[in-house]
Amino acid sequence: MTTAPPIDLSPRLSSLDPNVFDVPTGREVEWKFAPLAAFSRFFQAIEGAGDIRATHENEYVRNVPISDVHSSWLPTDRPLAVARSLVRNAVVVDVPREQVIAEPIVVQLQGAGDTSYQHVEINVGAFSSAVLVIEHDLDRDICGALVVNVGDGAKLTMLSVVDGATDAVHLSGWHTTTGRDSTFIGCAVTLGGGFVRISPSVTYAAPGGNAELLGLFLADGDQYLEHRIFVEHEQPHCTSRVTYKGALSGPGSHTVWVGDVLVRRGATGTDTYELNRNLLLNDGPRADSVPNLELETGEIIGAGHASATGRFDDEQLFYLQSRGIPEIQARQLVVRGFFAEVLGRLNDDTWRDAMMSRISVRLGLATQESNNE
Amino acid sequence: MGSLVLTDLHASVITDDGELEILKGVSLTIESGTTHAVMGPNGSGKSTLAYVIAGHPKYRVTSGSITLDGVDVLSMSVDARARAGLFLAMQYPVEVPGVSVSNFLRTSVTAVRGEAPKLRTWVKEMKESMVALQMDPSFAERNVNEGFSGGEKKRHEILQLSLLNPKFAILDETDSGLDVDALRTVSEGVNTFRDQSDAGVLLITHYTRILQYIKPDFVHVFVDGRIVTSGGADLATALESQGYEQYSPASA
Repeated sequence: MTTAPPIDLSPRLSSLDPNVFDVPTGREVEWKFAPLAAFSRFFQAIEGAGDIRATHENEYVRNVPISDVHSSWLPTDRPLAVARSLVRNAVVVDVPREQVIAEPIVVQLQGAGDTSYQHVEINVGAFSSAVLVIEHDLDRDICGALVVNVGDGAKLTMLSVVDGATDAVHLSGWHTTTGRDSTFIGCAVTLGGGFVRISPSVTYAAPGGNAELLGLFLADGDQYLEHRIFVEHEQPHCTSRVTYKGALSGPGSHTVWVGDVLVRRGATGTDTYELNRNLLLNDGPRADSVPNLELETGEIIGAGHASATGRFDDEQLFYLQSRGIPEIQARQLVVRGFFAEVLGRLNDDTWRDAMMSRISVRLGLATQESNNE
Repeated sequence: MGSLVLTDLHASVITDDGELEILKGVSLTIESGTTHAVMGPNGSGKSTLAYVIAGHPKYRVTSGSITLDGVDVLSMSVDARARAGLFLAMQYPVEVPGVSVSNFLRTSVTAVRGEAPKLRTWVKEMKESMVALQMDPSFAERNVNEGFSGGEKKRHEILQLSLLNPKFAILDETDSGLDVDALRTVSEGVNTFRDQSDAGVLLITHYTRILQYIKPDFVHVFVDGRIVTSGGADLATALESQGYEQYSPASA
């Protein structure tokens, strides 16, 4: 575990103007882990970059000109501000109020050329309930935002999948605002890409909001996967739960998990807990884990964090093997079990099973590698 | 008739202070259909004997041999030993978070039998085995050994014994931590397994208590890494009244 720098308590800089943000040098707290060379092209405008579009439109999903988007969200770093200033298309998911959508809404995103900017805007109307699955495009480098507004009393379960056998750069900032007594469950499944940096953040617009940020990631080869969470409790009686689990294999893989939770003075009755567990499948990978909790009030229900990075437990392996299960299969069982806690939180069996089978495919490769050490 | 044969087995464990020899020449032949009890004081190396037969990587066999029906066991991987017909009921089974008992059992049975059991007959088979061990059906949905009581862990071990149906079963301190009722249930499970198969059983224990329920054909006293004396079931009775002191290296 890396020593946590204190969270900057001042309000986050936010602007539509990219030049308000300095060009990162790598010395900033936010960029200290990342291989800057991989992401730096997104610090400046990229000529001829394409736009992310939804491949299929339906009653909930549309492609619209960015000028039609009127949300109050503002970029909070330079790459997001550059992307926001240049993106022309927005993918909008609108769930009207007081609707319970039984079937998951599946959004397949696709860019153009070798680089695309992204703007996805999701609005779930008051007292509605929906499950949203977003499949990201990993055939090209992507940079942009995913803005979520969950209305009063509404519930959104969102699964965001970054999977594909490419070495693409994927830079994505999520920003979720929850309404009164609403619930947001956002799960990042990060399996593919070469250099991935996902920054989910949550703010509460009214009391009684609940946010559950889930994540699972699997890094092998030379993958760099970073998840940087920021939860800002400003309203009373809100909850946050952050549960991220990662598995790493291969000497060149590197994952970073940063969980910043800030409980402001007025956020009495807050209940927050964050957890990150990383499982090293063999020697060599590097997992950085930085939980960080800042409390400006003591009038809360609970606040805690836990972080642990451990090696694969050889006693588990022995136990399973002593029951006749071959080593590779035994390793897969243990890793699948490790991820089961996160996937079990998704109240959708179909997608849970689908994600588990994708993990198995990736694990088949990862565990074979680890077996060949 | 098969046999599990240990010949002059020496094994060591790697410690911070170097290699420490724990098994100092164990020779033992277990024929199919017979039950052998290995009894010894704490620290005598009897659990190490169980782990070495199963192939735990922590131990290194320095000399001697183990054969199963004449085939060299020491060259086999841990999982190959299980598929060849060896089973170790562990004293401290580990938790495997996120893996359900039913998934684990089916995966294991599939590996050992060489083919996946048909789903319908499998569910019936698993339920019947669980009922015989007085296990609640909800047990199948729990994660392997996670939050199990001592008694539940041992029942789960014996459940695997009955489903995997090995040629030779090693029971490592299966009686430890069990109350009288649980001991009776677990022992009945072992006896049913013995009655329905022609398996050989190696029962490793500190106390004679379990031998009231599972009758051994042979009893071996294990002290300081080797068998110091062998006899019939009556040897256990003598141990019960006299203890291990007479066999300890100090009084020899």
